[in-house]
Amino acid sequence: MRPSEPARRGVSLAAREALWALAFLAIPLAFFLFIRIWPAFQALWLSLFDWHADPSQRPFVGLEHYHQMLEDRLLLKALQNTLAYTLLGVPTQILLGLGIALLLNAVTRFRDVFRAIYFAPYVTPAAAVAWVFSWMLSPNFGIVNEILGVFGIPPQPFLTSPSQALVTVTMVVVWQNLGFQVVLFLAGLQNIPRDYYEAARIDGASNWQLFRHITLPLLNPVMVFSAVIGTIGFLQLFTQVVNLNFTDQGGPLGSTLTLALYIYQQAFARFDLGYAAAITVLLFVIILAITLVQLRLLSRRVEY
Amino acid sequence: MQKALVILIALLGAALAQGQVTITYWQYDFKSKVEAVNELIKKFEAANPGIRVLHQTFPYDAYQQKVASSIPAGQGPDVVNLFYGWLPTWVKAGYLQPLPAEYVRMVDNEFLGMAQAAKVEGRLYGIPTAVRSLALFYNRDLLNAAGFNTPPKTWDEFLNIASKLTVRQGNRFTQLGYAMAPDGQDHHLVREVLIRQFGGRPYSDDGRRVLYGDAAGLKAFTFYTDWFKKHNVGTLGNQFFPGNNAYRDAFIAGRVGMIIDGSFAIGTIRSGAKFNWGVAELPVEKVGGRKVNYGSFWMHGLTPLATGPKQAASLKFLEFLVSEETQRYWLEKVGELPARKSLIKDPKLTLDKVFGPFVLSLAYAKATPFVDEIGQRKVMTDAINRVLLENKDPAESWRMAVAEEQKLLDAFWK
Repeated sequence: MRPSEPARRGVSLAAREALWALAFLAIPLAFFLFIRIWPAFQALWLSLFDWHADPSQRPFVGLEHYHQMLEDRLLLKALQNTLAYTLLGVPTQILLGLGIALLLNAVTRFRDVFRAIYFAPYVTPAAAVAWVFSWMLSPNFGIVNEILGVFGIPPQPFLTSPSQALVTVTMVVVWQNLGFQVVLFLAGLQNIPRDYYEAARIDGASNWQLFRHITLPLLNPVMVFSAVIGTIGFLQLFTQVVNLNFTDQGGPLGSTLTLALYIYQQAFARFDLGYAAAITVLLFVIILAITLVQLRLLSRRVEY
Repeated sequence: MQKALVILIALLGAALAQGQVTITYWQYDFKSKVEAVNELIKKFEAANPGIRVLHQTFPYDAYQQKVASSIPAGQGPDVVNLFYGWLPTWVKAGYLQPLPAEYVRMVDNEFLGMAQAAKVEGRLYGIPTAVRSLALFYNRDLLNAAGFNTPPKTWDEFLNIASKLTVRQGNRFTQLGYAMAPDGQDHHLVREVLIRQFGGRPYSDDGRRVLYGDAAGLKAFTFYTDWFKKHNVGTLGNQFFPGNNAYRDAFIAGRVGMIIDGSFAIGTIRSGAKFNWGVAELPVEKVGGRKVNYGSFWMHGLTPLATGPKQAASLKFLEFLVSEETQRYWLEKVGELPARKSLIKDPKLTLDKVFGPFVLSLAYAKATPFVDEIGQRKVMTDAINRVLLENKDPAESWRMAVAEEQKLLDAFWK
């Protein structure tokens, strides 16, 4: 290396840096393309065939699986349930997450301890969570009904009731996701410069006005992120549903069945991977559409 | 380079001359079964020096998923263990190969009648080592305390005992006479046992038509749902007790008088129950009435990956897995009932207090010809739950079940 040599002709320093960056980016990009995008297209392709273990014996059926979806009442049920989970779960976890984050933000002592406590469920295996909840929610011996009994409320069937099971599963999932929401909002809150609050206070703003005109708008990016990630999570809900009613998965009476669980059952209990792939395409389209709408409706750039 | 190639070819030739073949066997994780197969493989390899058997296991939850994705990739098992109810879907999707004629003769002549369920459209796709049936488990201490010295022989006796053993405190149960489990074994009980005892037939002989929509079928179904609605036998196991197999866990906890369960539950109940318990054949409709039972089994089949020398080796291993010797060992080691007729006549088995009632039932047990096990289970479970949980009229719920299940059968056989 001769220090006196001028920069090599043709490639400027900036271009070289960009090339290096691209070289490093190429690895995750390749991973993303081959592990994520390519299988998604494969699913689209598979959905046009009837499944067979031997690829040369998969008859082409065109759009038949998509026709089949139109008459599948269980699929409709799964779709309705999945939307109900999302509509119920996402707002609940955002509101609770934001509420708890605001309280924790006001606390200065032991904040990390609280944060760890709220985060613990998020890193607990869903199967273990489901097991503990199935005990706590037991209609006859569960602690939740014991507590309700103290207030004179009769025992509730919870997970064993077709009308209560979906709400109950949603609450378990919200409880589990809450820690992540809290950490997210807490980080968002701490990113808002103190100066804004101080300036507003000098101008005589009330607490509500501070929240309404400073906190909420500046938290918008976090809210959008939380809504999008939360929505995708609920649209793909699977593990908790399976484990909370293990011997009648998606039951009772199909009341907790989700799209993801239905896809799994079609693929791996019925070996009907063609139809499963078609439903996967449907789920993909739903997630894409909802995410785009959310990004468009919710994102607002706020500058002060 | 050339030298290396020559050595490689020489080595390959030597291996071929020795006839060394490696085959792969898959089953799901179950401690006693895994240990038993490991032992069996040692024995098999000693007797067949040219064959190596690779034994791989997966958690039950992930098992079918593994099979579904591995075999198309050419990576899966040569010999695979599967539940008989999965067979039609596996065959339709090309995951199994039919077995040669001599095995069909062997199964027809030497195995229990229920092993016929290993055939699809007349071709045989697997053979079981062991089989299971249903029986009534009862808590002898609770029955004795209520003045009953023998388990029920008829359903009337059963209902009488169950209602006497059911204890409520306010609006809660503290003890059940019988723990109902539609998604446990009770859907089998209704489909195979009660319908036949009440004079009906669940399906046509070719398994393609639902026949239980008749008066006998409805009578059987209503009889079952009335246990809950009219006879005070208790409630659903999962309303009473937490956990995945609530009815069984509650029985083990000593809070339930009777449950109907499979022989596969013997081990769990034996190690868990801290009281005197017994097993009895399923009750009949009236004294001298028809005895019926539901039989089921896991079996070993050959996948399309077993070709050429691997196919021959796999058949040899399969034959070994279902031999009399293995079935005897399996009973000792795993506690599952043998699938060969010759072995279940053994008085040591028929007179055994726990195994006896199950073994006696094997002679008349029928295996439902499922084509969509998960779907058909849901049809029957939902039929029961609509009445028990949603108060639907049994006749209407039953009509829905008939239509739903016929649709599943039509979809499969189209």
